[in-house]
Amino acid sequence: MPSARVVLAVVLVTVALALQVTLMSRLPLPGATPDLLLLVVVALALAHGPGFGLVCGFAAGLGADLVPPADHEVGRWALVLTVVGFLAGSAHDQARRSAFVPLVVVAVAGAASVLLYAGLGALMDDPNVTWVGVRELLPTAVVYDVVLSAFVLPGVLTMARRVEPDQAAFA
Amino acid sequence: MNRDTRRTRVLLALLLVTSISLITIDYRGGDNSPLDGVRSLAATVFGPVERVAAAIARPVGDAVDSVGSLGDGVDEAARLKARNQELTRRLRTSELDRNRARELDELLHLAGAGRYTVVPARVIAIGSAQTFSWTVTLDAGSRDGIRPDMTVLNGDGLVGRVKTVGPSTSTVLLAVDPESSVGVRLEASMEVGFTTGQGIRDGGDLDLRLLDGQSTVDRGDRLVTFGSQGDRPYVPGVPVGEVVSVNGTPGSQTRSAVVSPYVDFTSLDLVGVVVDPPRTDPRDAVLPPRPAATPVPTVTVTVTPSPKAGG
Repeated sequence: MPSARVVLAVVLVTVALALQVTLMSRLPLPGATPDLLLLVVVALALAHGPGFGLVCGFAAGLGADLVPPADHEVGRWALVLTVVGFLAGSAHDQARRSAFVPLVVVAVAGAASVLLYAGLGALMDDPNVTWVGVRELLPTAVVYDVVLSAFVLPGVLTMARRVEPDQAAFA
Repeated sequence: MNRDTRRTRVLLALLLVTSISLITIDYRGGDNSPLDGVRSLAATVFGPVERVAAAIARPVGDAVDSVGSLGDGVDEAARLKARNQELTRRLRTSELDRNRARELDELLHLAGAGRYTVVPARVIAIGSAQTFSWTVTLDAGSRDGIRPDMTVLNGDGLVGRVKTVGPSTSTVLLAVDPESSVGVRLEASMEVGFTTGQGIRDGGDLDLRLLDGQSTVDRGDRLVTFGSQGDRPYVPGVPVGEVVSVNGTPGSQTRSAVVSPYVDFTSLDLVGVVVDPPRTDPRDAVLPPRPAATPVPTVTVTVTPSPKAGG
């Protein structure tokens, strides 16, 4: 019998995966695409700590690697989001004390995801990864993710608290 | 607590190693990677989910521009304002329907001109900009007769080619992707070359390389697909774009130019997949007629041979 937090994580990650490619990437915004999936991983990691965060990140990343129209090597997002989930989860305790910490975590996660993913591509001589492209994506990715997190983080954290009141006593 | 931290670290290492192994296996495998099976399984399972999500998300996306402030509904002005907004929204929706009908019209016109047999489909999912690849998912798959390496076009011209196919969805590699390489022919002059995508989402141009360094290429020259062997992945005669600038000098190994594609890759919706290529190359028949040139007065001099000159 999976625990309530696992069920919640599976539902949230599936919804985020579907909305990421059907809605977020359709928004007429210049530069990067607001990363809903990344925010869900960060929120779950902040609520439950690094262990849960990195498993969520791996699962969500593997999903992003596999669902159409993905066309890159399987494992690239899995690696990136595992790292992001672990790092965001490490800020679990600090995030309880300050409302400012989650914002910093989101900004760092947004930047780290673009750089790590592009870095992996550069290692594999991916012709699509160019410095111009990275420079164009990086600032917009951070801004969009921080703005979107104002809506996503409180929502996910409220759900996490409701599902397991004592575990995720996060304000 | 200490044991917990150690367990987390072991888990982190384990999942990182798993990811790296997956990347390595998939990268080494290239075009027939052992992970392709998992990929098509994911398309089978998640394709229908995406179709449903797209059906829900599409009106939301369409409404994004029409959302304004909603009146509080307490006083009359606010109520009328809300009513006005509702009517504007309905008007926009009917405009969207008209747009869609126009897109279908244009697609059928182009398909008719080239005698391509197409299966119409709509774009339901687009890859994130952060993945650095330019791919979209269509709501038609192997059940609709779509196979890998079929040409995808819309009313404006070439969109790309089908890369992977699931039962109800298929993934298209757009012509702007740097990994996409399309054989093209210059209108009229018959010079051949190939285009590769520049991959920048909002510049969206293509690089053209002509095989013959001596060939002449000018601004405004129009390109159609050359047609691949066996018409896969590209059928001949599909309009690609127009040359906007030429680099290099004649006589170098290859000539290169920048091409602005006819298709707007940022607002793809209705497309057609060519399931049956034309029996004969349509040549330049699919290109829209050139805008009528302003007539230049010509002076004709008629010389009548005089008996003196002849003598």
